Amino acid sequence: MARFLAAEAFSSSNDELALLPFHFERTGTEQFLVSNMVGDFIRLTENEINRLIDLKLKPGDGLYEKAYAAHLITGSLQKGQRQLLALRLRSRMSFLREVTPLHMFVVTLRCEHSCPYCQVSRQSTDRSRFDMSEATAQRALDIAFESKSSRIKIEFQGGEPLLNFSLIKTIVSAAHSRSGTLGKKVDFVIATNLALLDDAVLEFCKANDILLSTSLDGPADLHNKNRPRPGGNSYELAVAGIRRAQEALGPDRVGALMTTTEASLGRVDEIIEEYLKLGLDGIFLRPLSPFGFAIKTKQYQRYDAKSWLEFYKRGLRHILDINHHGTPFREFYSALILTRMLTDKPIGYVDLRSPAGIGIGALVYNYDGSVFASDEGRMLAETGDNSFRLGHVDQDDYRSLVLSDRLVDAISASLTQCAPECSTCVFESHCGANPVHHHATQGEALGIKPLSDFCARQKGIMHHLLQLLDESPRDAAILRRWAGA
Amino acid sequence: MTLSLFGTAALCRGLEEQTRSVVRLKTVDTEVSNAEADFTIVRTSDDLKRAIQNDHKSIFAIDDGTGRFLSLEDLQRRTIAVPAQFSYLDAGDVIGIHTQSGKFRTLYRHNSRHNSFLVTERCNNYCLMCSQPPKDIDDRWILNEIRQSLPLLDKHTRTLTFTGGEPLSDWADFISILADCRDQLPKTAVQVLTNGRAFAKSEIVDAWRKVNHPSVIAAIPVYAAVDYVHDYVVQAKGAFDETILGILKLKDRGQRVEVRVVLHAQTARIISDTCRWLARNLPFVDHVALMGLENTGFAIANDAQLWIDPIDYQTDLAEAVDLLVAANVNVSVYNLQRCVLAPSVWPHAVQSISDWKNAFVAECEPCTEKTRCAGFFSSGRPRRSKAISPIL
Ligand code: SF4
Ligand code: SF4
Repeated sequence: MARFLAAEAFSSSNDELALLPFHFERTGTEQFLVSNMVGDFIRLTENEINRLIDLKLKPGDGLYEKAYAAHLITGSLQKGQRQLLALRLRSRMSFLREVTPLHMFVVTLRCEHSCPYCQVSRQSTDRSRFDMSEATAQRALDIAFESKSSRIKIEFQGGEPLLNFSLIKTIVSAAHSRSGTLGKKVDFVIATNLALLDDAVLEFCKANDILLSTSLDGPADLHNKNRPRPGGNSYELAVAGIRRAQEALGPDRVGALMTTTEASLGRVDEIIEEYLKLGLDGIFLRPLSPFGFAIKTKQYQRYDAKSWLEFYKRGLRHILDINHHGTPFREFYSALILTRMLTDKPIGYVDLRSPAGIGIGALVYNYDGSVFASDEGRMLAETGDNSFRLGHVDQDDYRSLVLSDRLVDAISASLTQCAPECSTCVFESHCGANPVHHHATQGEALGIKPLSDFCARQKGIMHHLLQLLDESPRDAAILRRWAGA
Repeated sequence: MTLSLFGTAALCRGLEEQTRSVVRLKTVDTEVSNAEADFTIVRTSDDLKRAIQNDHKSIFAIDDGTGRFLSLEDLQRRTIAVPAQFSYLDAGDVIGIHTQSGKFRTLYRHNSRHNSFLVTERCNNYCLMCSQPPKDIDDRWILNEIRQSLPLLDKHTRTLTFTGGEPLSDWADFISILADCRDQLPKTAVQVLTNGRAFAKSEIVDAWRKVNHPSVIAAIPVYAAVDYVHDYVVQAKGAFDETILGILKLKDRGQRVEVRVVLHAQTARIISDTCRWLARNLPFVDHVALMGLENTGFAIANDAQLWIDPIDYQTDLAEAVDLLVAANVNVSVYNLQRCVLAPSVWPHAVQSISDWKNAFVAECEPCTEKTRCAGFFSSGRPRRSKAISPIL
């Protein structure tokens, strides 16, 4: 009969072991959170992490098995794990292959609302001053179709874009015909407050498969306080508009976004209930952005990351309970981060990636033809800061915009892969560079992360999600579903 | 029922020109065939008379239990005669025979869903539970036999399995067989049970891909998330690394891969860890099969290291399946009885045991799940869970 060898005969000796790159952070007196090169998490005790770093571990001791399976150690002559990590990293970063998939057209700056936190809008009827011209729109389309993405999305922004509906129609039909000749797919979104929604708009959206995206800040009093308009009925118009659009276009063809203000902070449950009531499938609990008028009106400083995190955690709790009661409902930002934490899907979400999504993720064509690296960049310009203005449709083409020094500098200066604090951060794989935010709040694209509210929120959210995944099996089951692995 | 798949012919005449022949069976009612390989099945003296009347040139006689009818005629034809336990053989079946000794093997059964070709008995692993213990012999004649068989198979055959040993031991020859399958059986899905180590070499993966077979899948075992555990199970140091590398290279080139885990005491206790690792690291494989152990071959010798009652890993297996499902990985459970599986696993449990070695036990009679249950292996030395009891 054959001779079989015992398990020990197959273990590597210690000098055949090698460490693979990993990040770690102390989470308690004895506890560490550790992440490997592609952001898989594992918790180790202080003793374990010390033994790991000294390679004082051997098959059968429990630590070897944990560390090997988590790609923290490998055999120095082995190739499989390194190849696996390379392949997973490649998959995670492959969003970079689709360059500038998003193109925002600010078809007008005019708006009939006068929201205090709005960065850009104008109360005006002067079409010639604040509407995009057709010539500008056609040039912007040239640029959009020059980008290398196989599929692009055109998002109509304002002001209130429906105030310049005729231009939207022109752009959509011109984009369709270019899409045909160039073989590039194109999707459309209109970001609107729905106050001007009528049958003509709905029919047009239906015929062209256009998605509507609107604002809903919560219950009537909150929403109307945030969004003053003549008649004080912004909420009523938004809700009626959402219902109408759901009916005419289908429930998944209209989405809503909330803006968080100081007044929202104590009311997250009510806000969520509003979304639920409207049959929406989730909510994006957003922080207030620090741009433009928001900074000017001192809204931004009025609450900090800590109170926002309280708001977020309470909201997430409420949402998970809604799920436990049988109604599927998501918090979209958590879903995004969970997808990054639990899968290797390439997530190119413009505001949470490194290299940053400015320019190479999205371009914004302003009403006057100037081109910005992001929507926030255009808002900064309204307050006189042109740092993210990349050029103008009349003087530039796609190449000159994305290869402009301004853009390349901002992106390369802010890479989390090599930024101080980020480059060793246990959450780096799932985080992003946020150069416009850090420019706006700290005056430079990189930002000092210990002073950054963005960083504080990111760490808070990810710690919280990990804790739920580890300690609450019922919640974890739902959170895993959101990741849609 | 366990079918005998190999035996010795009582008579093998008229084939002496070749050392080995591949023979396809047909009924006496079908037209006379000119194909060299076709033999007419004769079960009774009546059959034999009709065959002779109709001028069938090659006779495949299956003993009716008396074996006497053959002597009634003075047979000058090519004739093979086999014992009564091969009465299951029927039209369309293919056998390979060693002409001098009369030793033959059933290579293909037309009405079976489980046709597999053993490619070689050589292997560079030496798995603790191997059902086909490797032998270091020159058996390259088998590749020729397969090559001769393929044109004889029904073009509508749904699936064909190649097994070993390690089918890629002579990789270039084997890959040319894959090309034959592509050309001659384009509608047949092909499954290759390989330890995957050969694919660590790019030239082999490239050759495999070049065949461009429409539906081949490489079924490759991964027994653990940790190198030495896998290496111990397959008794080959460095195997884990090569196997993982092989899977990555196959997937990198768009080839289909199934990961297989045979469940025994060394792998079942850690099955949830293994599947968590698979879900996180290899979610792009096309299928994962978690397979109950067939207690045969080396598994009998290594019983002390391998036997674990499936009921004792029921919860781990359920968790393992959950983890894969959550990662959108296709998962199936093979060879395990429904009464030892958590109900959450049932939708994934497959009737996987080849028909010729599949059985049920007395407890199964009243069981409401019997028609969906995998049942037992009748081969080897079957071991049963203490938890076998009918679901009522
Ligand atoms: S921003 Fe903060 S959380 Fe994000 S990677 Fe940098 S240090 Fe980590
Ligand atoms: S009693 Fe028999 S048929 Fe029923 S589940 Fe168990 S093994 Fe299967």
